[in-house]
Amino acid sequence: MPIKVLVAKPGLDGHDRGAKIVARALRDAGMEVVYTGLHQTPEMIVNAAVQEDVDVVGVSILSGAHMTIFPRIMQLLREREVDDIVVIAGGVIQEDDIPKLRAIGVREVFDAEASTQDLIAGIERVVAEFGRDRARREAARAR
Amino acid sequence: MIAHRVQRDLARAISAVENGILTGDGALARVRAAAGTNGTLRHADVIGVTGPPGAGKSTLVDRLIEGLRAAGETVAVIAVDPSSPFTRGAVLGDRVRMQRHAGDAGVFIRSMASRQSGGGLAPATRDAVRLAEAAGFDVVLVETVGVGQVELEIVAVADVIVVVTVPALGDSVQTIKAGLTEIADIFVVNMADRPGANATAVDLRHMVRESARDIPVLQTIARDGTGVAELLAAVNIKRAAGEPNAVRAVRFEIVRRARDRAAAAALAVLDSAEGAAVLARLREHDLSRSDAVDALLAILEGAVHAD
Repeated sequence: MPIKVLVAKPGLDGHDRGAKIVARALRDAGMEVVYTGLHQTPEMIVNAAVQEDVDVVGVSILSGAHMTIFPRIMQLLREREVDDIVVIAGGVIQEDDIPKLRAIGVREVFDAEASTQDLIAGIERVVAEFGRDRARREAARAR
Repeated sequence: MIAHRVQRDLARAISAVENGILTGDGALARVRAAAGTNGTLRHADVIGVTGPPGAGKSTLVDRLIEGLRAAGETVAVIAVDPSSPFTRGAVLGDRVRMQRHAGDAGVFIRSMASRQSGGGLAPATRDAVRLAEAAGFDVVLVETVGVGQVELEIVAVADVIVVVTVPALGDSVQTIKAGLTEIADIFVVNMADRPGANATAVDLRHMVRESARDIPVLQTIARDGTGVAELLAAVNIKRAAGEPNAVRAVRFEIVRRARDRAAAAALAVLDSAEGAAVLARLREHDLSRSDAVDALLAILEGAVHAD
């Protein structure tokens, strides 16, 4: 089954060309990509992730707000009792912050130099490693 | 309002059907248990929104959500976008136009890739509609992929079908004439501030008059909401009229199943030893194309009668 990914663009910066290029590259790699547009709040991102039941939420941030946005996203996912959606980060993120993001559960951080091939391989890897096994989840719920 | 946990379980149930992990009925039991609707027969009105690509379907759906919510109804949206036949990937972008409802617990929006289906919906769309109904939503809006003349599967799903077009789509009336006319309950000429809107509406009214059905032709500007109140009123009249679509939904279903069965029988003949022998002779230039077709049809006739 195809990997389903939400490509989210929070904050106030008005550039989504990068996010659109990423969305198309992931589609061309056989993924189903939900794109929600610019200026997404953490609430909007988590709401979309839950309703779409995506495997992965990829959040692209250029504005430097990552240390407020990611903790909020992780908190909202917990509040919604969703623990099997993988969150990854991309964009401009200082080296020092990467361990902090990983510590709160962000599974992968891609810098602005990452190619779309890196992204595709990275998403496939985190889904294999941390992603849900939908069949197992449903079987467990049936018991 | 539909509780967050019910929405989560609805979302998961839809995925399970999409991915063949649960049957529609199995998923339905899950959602009913989550929503506490076991043993109650729920009914949601299903409104289909269809039309050519770029006609403004998503923006119109956004406006319909707004109007239905203002009337106190909860709304689920199933929005279908096409999958690439080559990579099987898809970009699902319909949510972009509906994001202002993201914080509203009375609205559930789900994008679906059409996957291998060619009828304008995804294979699991119909089950997703039933699941949203069971979760407690009052109305389910189904937005098809941008369709031409043949992707009419929405007929088997929706109670009320809104066909959206825009002025100056070249010969826009021509493009929607063949199939979509027969399925429309309401025609909408969207982007009605563009030149040619009145002419398009007049063309549609002429066509409607020939069909002898009562199909309103409305003009909207979904971007700023013009005409949406009238559209909503027309939708509600059709909803109140009961189940006008049951007969055509069943007709469509029968024709589709018959077609599926015929296609399966034809493929079985092509894959049979007898069929392969004919194709081998065609390949060897021992048979002309038309003789090969006749020979295969003869085998098929024999197979059908033998059944």
